[in-house]
Amino acid sequence: MISLGMLRDVWKFRDFMWGAVKREFQARWTGTQLGAFWVVAQPLATILIFTLIFSRLINPSLPGHSSRFAYSIYLCSGVLTWNLFAEMLGRSVSIFVENANLLKKIRFPKLCLPIIVLTSSILNFAVILSLFLLFLVLVSAFPGVVVLAALPVLLIQAGFAIGLGILLATVNVFYRDIQQIVQIVLQFWFWLTPIVYAVNQLPGTARDLMSWNPMWRLVQAYQDIFLGHRLPEWSALGYPALLALFFLGLGMFAYHRLQGEIVDEL
Amino acid sequence: MGHLRIRNIGKAYKHYGRKWGRLAEWLGSGPRHDLRWVLRNVSFDVSPGEAMGIVGVNGAGKSTLLKIVTGTTKPSTGTVETGGRISALLELGMGFHPDFTGRQNAFMAAQLQGFTAAEVEARIGEIEAFAEIGDYFDRPVRIYSSGMQVRVAFSVATAFRPDILVVDEALAVGDAYFQHKCFQRIREFQEERTTLLIVSHDPSAIQSLCSRAVLLDDGMVIRDGNPEEVMDFYNALIADRENSTVALRQLENGKIQTVSGTGAACVSSITLRNGKGEPVEYVNVGEPVTLDIEVTARKDLPVFVLGYMIKDRLGQTMYGTNTWHTKQVLRDVRANDSIRYRISFPMNLGPGSYSVSTALTDADTHLANNYEWRDLALIFHVANADRNYFIGSNWIEPRIEVDRSCGSSPGSGTSGTGCCY
Repeated sequence: MISLGMLRDVWKFRDFMWGAVKREFQARWTGTQLGAFWVVAQPLATILIFTLIFSRLINPSLPGHSSRFAYSIYLCSGVLTWNLFAEMLGRSVSIFVENANLLKKIRFPKLCLPIIVLTSSILNFAVILSLFLLFLVLVSAFPGVVVLAALPVLLIQAGFAIGLGILLATVNVFYRDIQQIVQIVLQFWFWLTPIVYAVNQLPGTARDLMSWNPMWRLVQAYQDIFLGHRLPEWSALGYPALLALFFLGLGMFAYHRLQGEIVDEL
Repeated sequence: MGHLRIRNIGKAYKHYGRKWGRLAEWLGSGPRHDLRWVLRNVSFDVSPGEAMGIVGVNGAGKSTLLKIVTGTTKPSTGTVETGGRISALLELGMGFHPDFTGRQNAFMAAQLQGFTAAEVEARIGEIEAFAEIGDYFDRPVRIYSSGMQVRVAFSVATAFRPDILVVDEALAVGDAYFQHKCFQRIREFQEERTTLLIVSHDPSAIQSLCSRAVLLDDGMVIRDGNPEEVMDFYNALIADRENSTVALRQLENGKIQTVSGTGAACVSSITLRNGKGEPVEYVNVGEPVTLDIEVTARKDLPVFVLGYMIKDRLGQTMYGTNTWHTKQVLRDVRANDSIRYRISFPMNLGPGSYSVSTALTDADTHLANNYEWRDLALIFHVANADRNYFIGSNWIEPRIEVDRSCGSSPGSGTSGTGCCY
């Protein structure tokens, strides 16, 4: 399915992809006076709101954690990583439709497009993650070396998002309802995942159903790392990892089968 | 390098009767679509350095063929074998980001062709120099004129000599100076054995650049040969359709035909014929032609005058007269009478596109008693196939005498202040 030639083609366009990522960032600050500051300002605001409001104004208590910042950290570990997932999935689903003109007129590996989305989302996330880590250091809640355990979790999450993204992006070319549905599903999915609330606040049956939600496992891993300062339960991540592989495979399969028709349909 | 081998190319688009048909197919049901073929059995070879023209009416499948050659669209049947890198001048300036400078956009466009940042860096100076837009190169594209955008786009698209260059009619953009530069560059590529594939409706472009042409009609190659022969065949093909699809042709070039008058008489057919009496749309400069106009009267008309006018594409009159001035006024025309006018003249117009307007009246101006006034009754093109190169809308062939003797005989009486310094 993924032939070596295909990867070589994509690799040949690495400068284009990197250029496109840079351009995406530049586009956000060309014409502004403060330039790159705006790339940092948005995530800074998010972190400040979560940390200040939930540690000073409203301070929900989290069972088992006494720190004033416990809930803020809990919320950030979930929301920030969820946003990465939502950005990756939400943007990749419409990637072929949005670039219809380019795809119809210029010959280049189409797979460059999801890779551009992947890279720029990760860079965006890197900015906000650094701010979050800085905050953890400032309130002396930095988890230490355990923080590296977040990398494999991120890898699984990115694989899941992009696999599902390519699959849905391909289908979306033929049935554009998909991109509408995805935006709505993402909203429900957010609230169906214990990000804002804790899983033990749920009744038993809901908790049983929750184990089917791959995002819960991932979010839980982040919460373990950033709030609990402990390694995630690796066995619990088997399910999302398998799902990520499954969707990557299915996504590539669908893309491979339909790539000729994608351009015809656009 | 540079060869192009097209074998039995066919392209069919799937058409689903029902919206869910495709989904049903994915889920394993039998075929739920029918195929709409836009290209069938297209085969031809282009050897390295050869220039091939592709002609055909709109909808004949030219663009689809180009898309298959450039690789954006996959053929349903057959194979395309290309030797080397293909560059396409299809939609110039597409994908330019308005907020970025010409330089940034040029970089991006070149990278999109698969070049590395280092390769582009090495050529960016040449790209800038060729575009000749001065300081604007480092200003945002949104403040560019469309001509400037095309200049940058063309410079990028041709910054690296491709083995095969695909040119769509897009080339007829930009000012005359830059167009000339573009053609110059294309000719240079050709000399360095770049294979050319050109789609155009302009016979002079096809004839001056191409050594061969194929004519596509309804998705099939119906003629493959030297450009002149193919263009002739194309003309005939168009003329054949003339009678049935006059109205359609008007829409195609975006103009709207105006017909006014009482309707007491009308032009029932109008055809331009060459010296052999064949209907043509493309005419060579200086070629003798006949404008064949048939008029039908619907009422009894005591006095009858036919006028006609040839206009260029900007609507300026090149020539016009009527049968009142030529003293050929008809009297007592009966209803249902058919009158045929054969107007013969040499086509002493410059290359370009022209239209014919007709007027049916009872006096020397159509304002008196206007039976019918018809704009854009006929459109034809003049191409310079074999005359010396010239510009302008008239063919006024000169005889130029050149005398190099002046100044060479110092003893002669008129030396000193004459012609040479």
